[in-house]
Amino acid sequence: MSEVAEASVTMPAKRRVAQLAMLAFAVAIVMGAYANVGLAMGGAIPSGMLTYGLGLGALMLAAYLVLARFAPWADPLILPLVTLINGLGLVMIFRLSESPSTLPSAKLASPSTQLMWTFVGILMFSLTLIFLRDHRALQRLTYTAGAVGLILLISPLTPFLGQEINGARIWVGIPGVGQIQPAEFAKLALVVFFAGYLVAKRDVLALAGRRLLFIDLPRARDLGPVLITWGVSLGVLVMQKDLGSSLLLFGTFVAMLYIATQRSSWVIIGILLFVGGAIMAGMLFNHVQQRFNVYLNPGDPVLFDAVGGSAQLMQGLFAMGSGGILGTGLGQGHPELIPLAFSDFIFPATGEELGLTGLMALLMMYALLVERGLRTSVAARDPFSKLLAGGLSFLLAWQVFIIVGGVTNLIPLTGLVTPFMSQGGSALLSNWILIALLVRMSDAARKPPPQAIQNEGMTQVFQR
Amino acid sequence: MSELTLLLIRLAFLAVLWFFVIAAVGVIRTDLFGSRTAPAGPRKGVKPAKAVAKPKSKKGEPRQLVVTGGPLQGTTINLTETPITIGRASDATLVVSDDYASSRHARLFPQDGQWIVEDLGSTNGTYLERSKVTRPTPVPLGVPVRVGKTVIELRK
Repeated sequence: MSEVAEASVTMPAKRRVAQLAMLAFAVAIVMGAYANVGLAMGGAIPSGMLTYGLGLGALMLAAYLVLARFAPWADPLILPLVTLINGLGLVMIFRLSESPSTLPSAKLASPSTQLMWTFVGILMFSLTLIFLRDHRALQRLTYTAGAVGLILLISPLTPFLGQEINGARIWVGIPGVGQIQPAEFAKLALVVFFAGYLVAKRDVLALAGRRLLFIDLPRARDLGPVLITWGVSLGVLVMQKDLGSSLLLFGTFVAMLYIATQRSSWVIIGILLFVGGAIMAGMLFNHVQQRFNVYLNPGDPVLFDAVGGSAQLMQGLFAMGSGGILGTGLGQGHPELIPLAFSDFIFPATGEELGLTGLMALLMMYALLVERGLRTSVAARDPFSKLLAGGLSFLLAWQVFIIVGGVTNLIPLTGLVTPFMSQGGSALLSNWILIALLVRMSDAARKPPPQAIQNEGMTQVFQR
Repeated sequence: MSELTLLLIRLAFLAVLWFFVIAAVGVIRTDLFGSRTAPAGPRKGVKPAKAVAKPKSKKGEPRQLVVTGGPLQGTTINLTETPITIGRASDATLVVSDDYASSRHARLFPQDGQWIVEDLGSTNGTYLERSKVTRPTPVPLGVPVRVGKTVIELRK
């Protein structure tokens, strides 16, 4: 009897009640935001609020039940944080679709489509948790994942299938369904590949080499993988005109290399390679050069009026400026003036209405989500999970940095989605799968060690 | 809707948003300050019951296994009454991927309030401080145990 009590003391807590409470809190905030938008814009609580709110609530309850059944030890914060970010995105898209705008792109904002994709995303989340009982199964698929990732990455370049929209050739049209962005799924497959590959090759990458000044230089022949990834990501940049995916892919690889080897020389080599490659691409290719010009002189009137110029970026900056510290209030600003405010520029649109205070809260939520992922990585018991959890968390953080840095003109603007907020099915789906993988690994990391059926015997029962 | 109501709603919404962030940090504070084994809700009155239920928990008894060296550095495992196996096999409690470790390398188990390390016939041996473990040996607190490239330690 006392042994049972003792065991319950030393086990990490499941925190199910905390998780459910936080989840209910997140759904309540989203419903409050819907009401706020309706009150401000129409003077009444919107008729769709109950449908959206209860719909989101029911979806999250379903996700929670799946999580409680199939990953009971999972981190209690991951799901509530994602719920709130996703919900705020839904509210912003709803709000943008309500306001009259003369921009041609404004008609594309569709809250019902996004809610439908959220549903599919949670379905994928649940299916991943149900069918992937042990994430280490992915380690056996290392090279398969690498091949799948590469094929997905280059698939938009195939004739007939690939489509070019808004100047970037990153779409694949599927007859009858619509278009998907295969790069969103490719990045997941590639992180799995990087993790499996680095577990196998980590020692040689970390140990061989010689020391020069303050950094350990790797051997020339060990540079192979880094050069190949560099080549592929530059290829994406040049062939598909997709600066964002290119930066995302290469940055994630360099970060995982650093996690695996703990050698800063890899990071330095990676940054030098990418900056060099980007400058070269900037000199050779027009579309990259134009991005740099916009980045350096966003206020230039000629660039502002040019097609694909700085108008969008400046409208975003104006929006955040008019929001100020406390924002204009939900439904009371004019974020509809920003082109594509519902997808790439949802961050400045939110900034106008919630102000710096709201944006900081939003960034804190992303930071907490990443922190939970990195914590999972630290607590994981096998090297593959450590690298995979670290890589996926970094992918999320890096994605937020690239798009938020882009819209605030800290770095050149690249077309990446804000995870869970921007309208877009592919991104939402792949990010929900990413969260399912993190949940699966945090479940494994926080689960108490396997219980023995007898104290002195060697026979043990392992829970899978 | 009057301006004032909307202003109040706006401020309240931002406050609620931050309250969510603070509540989230509250949920993980056990993670930030101290070990994850801290009781989940001290307010629920569970604590006194637990204090009664562990009469044998003496001072100086290890409660955590910490990896202090090797690729898994920083990993902690909470010690229960369960033996802990270390090795390359995927069913080990602590899975090390290390060419110098055997698939079932070593085992740690509790006996009379002490933790004992036992080598499971590994190729390269298990070391307690500098000496090779040839038969089950008690592990004192804070003394490094080396398995391949991995170094572990028991801590309170």
